Amino acid sequence: MSTPKIQLVGLQKEFDLGGGESRHVVDDVSFSVQPGEFVAVIGPSGCGKSTMFNIIAGLELPDAGEVRVDGQNAVGQREHFAYMPQKDLLFPWRTIVENGALGLEVQGMPKKKALERSKQFFHTFGLAGYENSHPYELSGGMRQRAALLRTVVQGREILLLDEPFGALDSLTRIEMQNWLQGVWSEYSWTAVMITHDIREAVYLSDRVIVLTARPASVRLELEIELPRPRELSLVTSPEFVAYEEQLIEVLHEESRKAFAQQNGAHS
Amino acid sequence: MTSLENRKPAPPAAGAVTPAVRATRSGPPSKPAKKKRTRRGSFWGSVLPPIVIVALLVVIWEVGVSVTGVRPQVLPAPSRVVVEGLERADIIWGHTLSTLQVTLIGFAFSLIVAWIIAIAIDFSGVLRRGLMPLLVASQTIPIIAIAPLMIIWFGFGLLPKILVVALVTFFPIVVGLIEGFNKADRETSNLLRSMGAGRWKEFTFVRLPSAMPSFFTALRISITYAVVGAIFAEYVGAQSGLGIFMSTQKNAFRTDLVLAAVAVTAVLSITLYLLTFVIERLVIPWSFKERKARGDR
Repeated sequence: MSTPKIQLVGLQKEFDLGGGESRHVVDDVSFSVQPGEFVAVIGPSGCGKSTMFNIIAGLELPDAGEVRVDGQNAVGQREHFAYMPQKDLLFPWRTIVENGALGLEVQGMPKKKALERSKQFFHTFGLAGYENSHPYELSGGMRQRAALLRTVVQGREILLLDEPFGALDSLTRIEMQNWLQGVWSEYSWTAVMITHDIREAVYLSDRVIVLTARPASVRLELEIELPRPRELSLVTSPEFVAYEEQLIEVLHEESRKAFAQQNGAHS
Repeated sequence: MTSLENRKPAPPAAGAVTPAVRATRSGPPSKPAKKKRTRRGSFWGSVLPPIVIVALLVVIWEVGVSVTGVRPQVLPAPSRVVVEGLERADIIWGHTLSTLQVTLIGFAFSLIVAWIIAIAIDFSGVLRRGLMPLLVASQTIPIIAIAPLMIIWFGFGLLPKILVVALVTFFPIVVGLIEGFNKADRETSNLLRSMGAGRWKEFTFVRLPSAMPSFFTALRISITYAVVGAIFAEYVGAQSGLGIFMSTQKNAFRTDLVLAAVAVTAVLSITLYLLTFVIERLVIPWSFKERKARGDR
């Protein structure tokens, strides 16, 4: 096997809550992602997924452990990753093409060139004709595609997607997953996606990583050996359902732990 | 906008879909206009009520004065205010220009100071903690006490008046800007940082533009204070201006001329207030369109 694209080695993170108290959020998270692989990370809510993501993206520093990109230490480095937050965060004062160009402009590319680069993706992202629209003119699904476009345009090696479709209604979400699956098989980006949705995880990814309740550590790694490109009809196949069941079982166990934790903390 | 809302993603055929999409896009501009008319009424629907109410009050006033026979030194009839005011229109106009000058220069100065303070506070938590109490304290200074002192310190020229106008107007702008900057949340900040932005780029790309709507709200509040502030500063002592005009006419028991000056002041304030909407639409057209789109839903 080649050098993994990303390698997480024993990540640790504690937050100081003040008054001598602290919260252990990430505990010894280790996994790796191969070049061109799509990995979904799933875990009970509040388990520390987002913190882990911020550490990978270089937005927060781990207390211990390493993030490696191509075998090199990349702790605190942001230039490898393009990050897509949960909310689309499209800026109302920018048109869609300008929103798409945001990352390039921030990185110092001349505006004209950045806009041209951004425009090239509009067809693939089903946004052709909406270059000069403003975000409020777009539907939820389109806004999310625009946000993904803004992420991809940056041309970075790895995409970090934080619940990209979490805010969408279920029909739009299915269409988006279907679309992303198609685009992804075309571009084969290396991607890590956080999700709450087991079906989404199985449908989109090559591998699913299940995290434990807080403090997060890796509970299970599950290879999804389903052929690509995947059709929507796949989700009712016995293989698909078997993966889902396996994940549901583990995840619910962790969710119960998380729930007990939260109740314990409040009483 | 519903036609856009329901558009389904169809990526492989996106090129084929485009013409249809363009066709639907030409629709929206006419639609909100229609909606606006039914909900908020026409232009006259929003202009007529205040005119009717003001006209009614003026009529009651006119009739009341002539029925009771009250002396004009106490309460002149509106007709008298208009006639006497128009007779001295050129004098009043000269004073109005003075007041306008003080207002605009003072307000410009106030804007510069407010922006500098707000940006400094946005970049430094220490400055925020250090300056905020002082700023709040500055607003507790009674202008009525400080304005005469300003004249003692700085004379009868422009400077004391500019300072008074700035003192009464800068605070809402500072607060509006600081809160506006903070509308950019943690997640947006993370997004920008992930793109490689430092604090300054985060400010110019996100915090500054997201503060503009609250800036204009603050601007509207402040500009009305600015006129009152200017007139107050002149009232205490000046060579010209509506404030000093009111003061001398009051001492001469020319209540009618005082009221004429008050009317001019009101017109001036309203004009400046409305002007902020025009400037807002020119500077941040997106904000207006976005609000309208939200309202339509």
